[in-house]
Amino acid sequence: MRVLLALLVVVGLITADLRYNNLQTGRAVLDTLASPIFWVANLPTRSFEWGQAHLQSRTQLLEDNQRLQRESLILQGRSQQMASLQAENVRLRALLNSSALLRDDVLVAELIGVSPDPERLQLLLNKGASDGVFVGQPLIDADGLMGQIVEVSSSTSRALLITDVTHSVPVQVNRNGVRAIAEGTGALGSLEIRNVSSNTDIQPGDLLVTSGLGGRFPEGYPVAVVQKVERDTGEAFARVLAVPSAALDRTRHVLLVFTTDQSQEH
Amino acid sequence: MVDREGRGYGVIVLTFLVAYVLAVISLPPWLQWARPEWVALTLIYWCIALPQRVGITTGLVLGVGLDVLEGSVLGQHAFALVVVALLSLILYQRLRVYSLWQQAGVVFMLVGINQLICQWVQNVEGVSALPRLFLLPAFSSALLWPLVLHILRGLRRHYRVS
Repeated sequence: MRVLLALLVVVGLITADLRYNNLQTGRAVLDTLASPIFWVANLPTRSFEWGQAHLQSRTQLLEDNQRLQRESLILQGRSQQMASLQAENVRLRALLNSSALLRDDVLVAELIGVSPDPERLQLLLNKGASDGVFVGQPLIDADGLMGQIVEVSSSTSRALLITDVTHSVPVQVNRNGVRAIAEGTGALGSLEIRNVSSNTDIQPGDLLVTSGLGGRFPEGYPVAVVQKVERDTGEAFARVLAVPSAALDRTRHVLLVFTTDQSQEH
Repeated sequence: MVDREGRGYGVIVLTFLVAYVLAVISLPPWLQWARPEWVALTLIYWCIALPQRVGITTGLVLGVGLDVLEGSVLGQHAFALVVVALLSLILYQRLRVYSLWQQAGVVFMLVGINQLICQWVQNVEGVSALPRLFLLPAFSSALLWPLVLHILRGLRRHYRVS
């Protein structure tokens, strides 16, 4: 009797979650309750990091400091012209009657867990609804697009990586603007570009950037670099594999992107 | 005076919390596919030791918790753990008299069934990239069964959970 009841509850839960997707609020509450468990599970990593940060030798710190100062100088130099270029870009776009340029603000979030199930490429982040994080928000690191937020609780959120099998992202080839869809393969280091016809101009080494179509991801973030293109004359489509630009398995700090319309400010 | 029925409630809850932490703690990538099903192991132990207190309902609640932790479909692990609890309740009298390695064999089957059900639900959802390795956790769980049994039995005797 109890078994039947339990099985009924379980099947009900699965259908409610899968078919109707209406357990979001309940999940958010439960996620908040679960965050202490992640906090504890994260303790070894954090104490290791603390040890690394506090037990570093003085010379190493000095070296790091010098290196970072050099890097900062170079980056500052590069961004000097940024403001004027951006303004010029906005003006030119206005002249072309093109859509308004969007400016992206970012929020730094820290990784507090990865999905324990190796078939699910998900990350748990330490920023949630109280920091303004929302479902569908894009996630980047220093090198490229990482994924998007799929679940938000009050203080944590869960992100789906672009290489998860259930994830797809609209991209374009940076060289010539050919549009395509990059799908996850379930392996961290590879994306598959689907439905590219055999005579499309796409080569190994091409950079794929977000195309901004679909409205979810802002335009222009690097997604992946094409690694291999197999053209079989018997097949309608070429088989294209790409390597994600972002360091999906190494990053500890990630950036959550907020997109705001810049046209109002000018 | 604490009544006899509810003795050591805290110990049981604590072991499940530890199992949760172990279930999400980060492992090196080459070990990830072989992560033992700690929650299932703990559930199996308590079902064998205290079948009158731990059973289907515990499995259900634990499973929903695990689903939240792992971000899987709500009900996936709940389904699996309900079945594991049910089978352990059916088998507990036999399991108690089995030798350690016979028990490990049964644990292998129970965790294997757990994995199989999770795989089914994931297939329904459309997430199953590399299904070849899904029985690996059953192996590692069976190998660790003697250790889990030893620790949990020690705890149960020390705190006289009954």
